[in-house]
Formats: sequence, structure tokens, C-alpha cells
Amino acid sequence: MNDIPLAGTAPKAELKWVGTRGPRPDGLDKVTGRARYGADFRLPGMLVGRVLRSPHAHARIRGIDISKAAALPGVKAIVTRDDFRDMPSEFVPAGEMMVNYRDIVRNVMAREKALYEGHPVAAVAATSASIAREALSLIKVDYEVLPHVIDAAEAMRADAPLLDETMITAGVDPAPTKPSNVAKRMEFSTGDLKAGFAQADFVIERSFATKPVHQGYLEPHACLASVNEAGQAELWCTTQGHFVVRTHCAKLLDMEMSQIRVIATEIGGGFGGKTVVYLEPLALALSSKSKRPVKMVMTREEVFLSTGPTSGAHMKVKIGVRKDGKITAAEAELIYEAGAFQGSPVGPGCMCAFAPYEIENARVIGYDVISNRPKVAAYRAPGAPISEYAVECVIDELAQKLGLDPVEFRLKNGAKAGTRALYGPKFGPIGLVATLEAAKNHPHYSAPLGPNQGRGVASGFWFNIGGESCASLHINEDGSVTLMIGTPDIGGSRASMALMAAETLGIDVAHVRTLIADTDSIGYTFLTGGSRATFATGMATVDAAKAAIRQLCARAAKIWEISEDAVVWEDGHAKPAGQNAATFPPMSLAELAGKAGKTGGPISGHAEINAQGAGPSFGTHIVDVEVDKETGRVDIKRYTVIQDAGKAVHPGYVEGQFQGGAAQGVGWALNEEYVYGADGKLQNAGFLDYRMPVTSDLPMIDTVIVEIPNPAHPFGVRGVGETPIVPPMAAIANAISRAIGTRLCELPMSPPKVLKAMQAHKANGG
Amino acid sequence: MSKRHVSAVVNGDPVEFLCTPEQTLLDVLRDDLDLTGSKECCSSGDCGACSVILDGRLVCSCLVLSAEAEGKRIETIEGMAKGEELHPLQRRFLEHAALQCGICTPGILIAAKALLEREPDPSETEVRFWLAGNLCRCTGYDKIVRAVLDTAAEMRRS
Ligand code: FES
Ligand code: FES
Repeated sequence: MNDIPLAGTAPKAELKWVGTRGPRPDGLDKVTGRARYGADFRLPGMLVGRVLRSPHAHARIRGIDISKAAALPGVKAIVTRDDFRDMPSEFVPAGEMMVNYRDIVRNVMAREKALYEGHPVAAVAATSASIAREALSLIKVDYEVLPHVIDAAEAMRADAPLLDETMITAGVDPAPTKPSNVAKRMEFSTGDLKAGFAQADFVIERSFATKPVHQGYLEPHACLASVNEAGQAELWCTTQGHFVVRTHCAKLLDMEMSQIRVIATEIGGGFGGKTVVYLEPLALALSSKSKRPVKMVMTREEVFLSTGPTSGAHMKVKIGVRKDGKITAAEAELIYEAGAFQGSPVGPGCMCAFAPYEIENARVIGYDVISNRPKVAAYRAPGAPISEYAVECVIDELAQKLGLDPVEFRLKNGAKAGTRALYGPKFGPIGLVATLEAAKNHPHYSAPLGPNQGRGVASGFWFNIGGESCASLHINEDGSVTLMIGTPDIGGSRASMALMAAETLGIDVAHVRTLIADTDSIGYTFLTGGSRATFATGMATVDAAKAAIRQLCARAAKIWEISEDAVVWEDGHAKPAGQNAATFPPMSLAELAGKAGKTGGPISGHAEINAQGAGPSFGTHIVDVEVDKETGRVDIKRYTVIQDAGKAVHPGYVEGQFQGGAAQGVGWALNEEYVYGADGKLQNAGFLDYRMPVTSDLPMIDTVIVEIPNPAHPFGVRGVGETPIVPPMAAIANAISRAIGTRLCELPMSPPKVLKAMQAHKANGG
Repeated sequence: MSKRHVSAVVNGDPVEFLCTPEQTLLDVLRDDLDLTGSKECCSSGDCGACSVILDGRLVCSCLVLSAEAEGKRIETIEGMAKGEELHPLQRRFLEHAALQCGICTPGILIAAKALLEREPDPSETEVRFWLAGNLCRCTGYDKIVRAVLDTAAEMRRS
């Protein structure tokens, strides 16, 4: 295929739409209450579905008696483990993680054992919510309560209760002979660690601990399923990837994919947490049994109890430096909690830990450990914020030890184009140094600090991914454009796609409408996650627009009776390639669209791609805190996020990603944690006790968008959604340590812990 | 379970509904009156996504029993725009990109409207404390607070 010369698609050319801050296509419906989210759909004859959940952290399920519940008038269907076939152990990719259907089916519905408080054991569909609730109370589950283990360090002990008696640690040679709760050991290394540490003038080694934190999306999981007598299903659900939902449901329910149409509703936040299935297979199974539509919506308590937070962790980090500030060696050990089933993000945690730095000798060892908690799910840059928090704290301490400015210290060791990352690849053009330079020169960095205040800095890295995306772009008869894509819009991506389509076509963005197509209306598209939507679906969108332009040019050639390659596309018009080609007045997209019927039929462009070359995104955050000496309360006084976006397609929404990530990081750093009782039950399954930052907890969050174009993307785009949550925890920890003169190595840094650290410091003569 | 008959005024229109004793105002708005713009994200008064104005007072509709709506005037997000014309807050939220996923937006708009009705010239701190009952997990609140302050300035000018 000839590449058609297009005005306005090279990163350097003047851009008319990409980089502007226009309104988003779905905005109006979202400020008027019209937009329909997961819980906003209904169908005639709809039943209400509810889930019975295990009250125990760990229990063998000896039997389930549904007879009384089934006899209750108004109950139309009940499903238990008996309604789901067992699945072989098989790893397949889902988002940035691998999933195992043996585990997914067990997480959706407990089988041999209930493995955490809130683990589903049965589901009911009834004509009303109150009947469904009553039915749940009539189901008798015979539990044999077993000893439980919550914390990963305890779960690793030889005498710990075993969750899965068949689990043999992978990645250890020779394989252990006894089962344990350690699912996997992994190691990444380069150079000669011993020699590296021998060259060091200073070595700092610290242990860190973090707690599981929840993505905290405001919209609870919700879906509506309708299965007819022929087994054809429709499923409306709030998800980051309706194609992935289809894949999982088809697999779990043994249905053909063509029989399931999944419609992605508007989504009220996900941050990685809506990349898995919970209610969807249950609703389909209940609907298929009752032959009635079934709607299921989780309560907030269910969201906390049963859906994935990210891992809590125990970590050791050791870094050696020379007096001149060069890092000579680095080592880390990371233990991540996976929850009830294996698959914590410890892999990406290992790969990201030292990624911002050029280190010759390094080793990271990771352990994936199961315990009696809900299975973790992806949360924004899964795994990276945890390990990079620990590393960035040690980096800061080393800078203090050397008497170097923390930004200068990072600049001395920072990764640049050509640096080989510990996990393998050599970086292309990357923006770490640019974000550090911007931090150094930002007025925030040199502003004076008040009493009891401290300033912290940290950098962060995330890979970003590409992957499979489709786009269909229809040129309507009146010259307007309908763009169909398959990545749910979680934060304004429809606007970005419209901007990229308008830029490529050379028309006003007001004439482009972007829709999220259902699974029957467009080809397989991987989920919105890994910061891939604007990158990968953006590439598909540009390709689809180019395909449409090729047709538009061909139609003009036909009208002008000249050859196709004598026509170029410029500024929304077909033009003869030059004086030699012919002299016709340019024809606009709208004119060509109006004549489409007579020149060969409808005009559309399609693209089905597997996008490669996602550019990593680096960021650097600066934060000022003030610590209350009486209470240990930490106040965020000022916050600046600096990050490489490659190219910001819609700067308003890029800034929004930066600010939102920073705010989530503030919660992770200061307040948020899962609190368990000795009984293995979650004690804070609600927004009152699981305290996410509110408006009055935060200042304005300043942003600087750095643009180091990603060469693989037509406009230079890098994903931006995940990196912003990587630096905050360390930046805040570093700021606190500079404010109080001693360092906390545990998250969250809640007031009692800060107070204790200050008191201990004082007792030690600090 | 016997149902109770309730008459109220919602967004200026008279409505009548039958409700059970445990049904909340939010349940009735969403399930019986098809006003799904008010969102249910916690059912415990902690997120503000279900905010409505009840006889001039900002409330979490998940904490109000529907029977309490008898004879009351209720304003929801669906009544915020006047015909074709958006409320200045709605317009500013769009201009400022003050929403990402948008699930918190209806509740925040209603809460902000209640604020501006009682305090046309709020400080940033006042906005932050007034909106402290409305969670937003996506935006970090920066653009929301700016949008509210800008709207206040615009409304004072006109
Ligand atoms: S749903 Fe009413 S406050 Fe959260
Ligand atoms: S925009 Fe998503 S919760 Fe506020």
C-alpha cells in the first residue's frame, strides 16, 4: 500500500486539532445525568441477582443446601459451584498480567474452599431485591472453618496454613518437594553484584512494608445479562475491556464467543480493577437458568471484600554508591501478596524497581505469595508503585548521605536513550532526564519552606503497552464522520480519538463522533489498560482515517478521470498532485462524501492492528508537606507533577491523569490500607474507614507536560495514565523524612506512625 | 409489606409514587422515577454521588427515606439545565475537563450548586470543605475546584 502524503500527521508539522482542549463527545451527557453507567440499565422482566459470600477467611465447603431458597416464591434461579465446570491450569494474558482459568472459575465461585471473607459461594436471581436477600439467608452452607493467614511474610512460614495443597513454588531449581503458599520465585540480574558493592563507598540497606490498597473507583461493579432460549446472550457491563469480558465468560460458561454480545456501559472509574470478571459470569448463568434478564450490582462493602485491591508487600532494598555519586550496585528482594490466588504484580514490580537508573550491577528477586485475602487486581502501573517507592526512598537517603541535591543525584544516574534496563531492552528516546531538568527549574523546587515542612522528590517509570485494537471510520453522506472503537472510554479517550481522526482527515473535530462499539460491531480490541488506549487505539484510528483518505482520493481521481496516484490529500481536500497531474479545484471531504453513491458506494476506513512500540513514560514529582508535631498528621502543602506524555493529544485530560494519579498516591502514602482483625475479617470495608483523599485533603496539583515524542506513534503519543501513581509515595516519604529528620519505611504513613517515629527520633537524641 | 403513597415535586414536576418503608429516596429516584442521574456508590452517606437538594437543603439521597419526601421539593441533576441552556457550573465543568469518568459529576454539580446558592463568593478553602463530602477518585479535585471558583466569578459578574 502506498503511503499517501498527509499534511499534519508528522509529529513536527503544525497540528490543528491534536494538542487542543475542546469539549469531549460524551461530556454533555455526563454533566446532565444522562450518561448510562453499569447500574443504569434495565430490561422488561428483569430479575435482581445477589451473591452469598463466605463469612470466613478460610473454610472447606462441605456442602451447600439450596432447597429451601429454591422453594421460596419469587426465586427464579440459583447457581453454586455445581453450575461451573472445573478448568485446567492454563495461563493466558490479560492486561499486564497473566490469568489462570482454574483460578478465575474458583474466584468467581468458591469450589473446594472459601479462601477469603467475601468469596462468593452462591448466587440467586429473584423477582425483587428483598426476595433475593431472603433467599440468600435460606441457603445453608456447611463450612469446616480452617486456620487462616493474611500477611505474606507469615504465609511464607513453613508452618503457615496452606491455601492450595497442590501449590509447588515455580521458578526454583530443583523444585521444592513440599507445597507452600509461595506460588513463584523470579530473578532478574545483570553484572556482578559482589564486585559492584565492593566498589561502593557507601551502602544503604532498608526494609519496607506496604499494605494492600484498593483502586477505589466510585462506581461499584454492575451488569445486566440476558440469555434467550437459544443460548444467545447480551451483557451490559461496566468494564475496561468488554472483549476480555467476552473471552472470560465464553470460557467459563463454555459458550461460543459469537453467542455473547457484550456492551460496555459508561464506566465510573476502574484504574485496572475493572479488567477482570466477578458478577458477569454469575449474571449470565442465572439468566441462562431463569431465561429472564438478570441485573447484578455490588454494594460498596462487596467491592472492598471481594474485588481486587493491589498487593501489600515486604521489601528489602540495598544500593551502593561511590563518593562521586555514581551508583555501583543495587539489589532488591520483593515479596508481594497475591491474595487468594497467585498472580500478584511482582513481575512488573521487579522489572520497574531500578528502571529509572543506569546501574551496571543489579539483582531483583521477587516472590508471589498467596494468602486469605481477595485476589489482587491491576491497579495503575501494577506492581511498580510498590517497588519504586522502596527504591526511591533509598535513593533519597543516599543523596542525603552524599550531601547531593536529590535531583542532581538522579541526573547523575538517570536512564537515558541507550540505557539497557535490568529487564532486558535498551531504552529509545525517553524523558526521565527532561522531567528532572524541568523539576530543577520549576519555581516549586526553589520556593522557601515554612517551619515543620519538608520537600520530597521522586521519579517513576512505567512501560506502557500496545496490543490489539481496531477502528472503523465511516464517512457519512453529509461529510460527518462516525468513528467506532473498542476500548471503553474511562477518562476522555473518545475526545482524543476524535482529535486524532480530525487531524488526519483535515476536518473540524466537531464533525467527528466517536463511539465505543460492542463486541459484535468491531473486531477484537484489547482492554483499556496499560495506558494503551490513546496509543494503540489512536494508531488504529489514524490508520483507519488514512484508509478512508485513500478511498476519498480514489473517488476524486475517478471524478477527474486521472490516475489515483495523481491525487493528494491536504487540509481535508483531495487535490491534483501538481500542475502536471491536472488542474481541478480541490474537492472537500463533504463533497466527495455526497457523491460517494455515484462513485463506487459508501466510504469507510478500517484498521485492525497489533500496536508495537509503546513508549515508556517517566515522571518526577515534587511535594511539600507539613507535619503536625502534636498529632503526626501530614498536610500536603504543594504538589507538582512533571511527566513525559510523548505528545499530549488533549492536554486537559493528560493533566487530569497526572493530578488523579498524584491524589491516589497521596491516599496510598498517608491513609489507605486494608485492616484485618485476628479473625481474618476486613475491618474497614467502607469509605468511612477506608479513607480516600477528599477535596479538603489536597492542594491544587500543578502539572508540567514534557513532550519527548514516541517515534512509533504517528503523533508521538506515549501512554500517560499509569506513571502518575508511581512517584507519590516515595516523594511524600522523602518530604516527611526531611521535615521530621527521621525516615518511615512503612505505608501508610498515618498520624500514629509518624508520631511514633518522631518520638523515637527524639528519644534517640534527634 | 404495605406501601405508602407519597406526593412530591421533582425538578418542578409533581410526582407520585408508592414506596416500602425501607426504600430510600435514591432507590425511588433511580428505580421508580427513572432518574438515574443520581448515582449510588456507597449507600452510606460517604461519597456524595447521590446528592440532591431537598427543600433547599443539600442531602445524600441514599440516607433519606423515600417516605420523608412527602410534600417536599426535590432537585436532581436532571433538572439542573434549563431547557437547552446548561447551568454555568455544567458548562465550566466541561470547559475545565473537570470530569474524567464522570460518575461523581452529578453529585458534585448538585453540591456545588447548593454552595453557590448560599455563598456566591466562596474561597478555595470554602469550596474544598464544602465538597469534602463528595468523593472523586479520578481527578485529584484540582479542575473541579477551579471550575467551581470560575463559575462563581462568572455568576457574580452576570
Ligand atoms: S451513595 Fe449516597 S453518599 Fe454514597
Ligand atoms: S471523575 Fe471519576 S470519580 Fe470523579
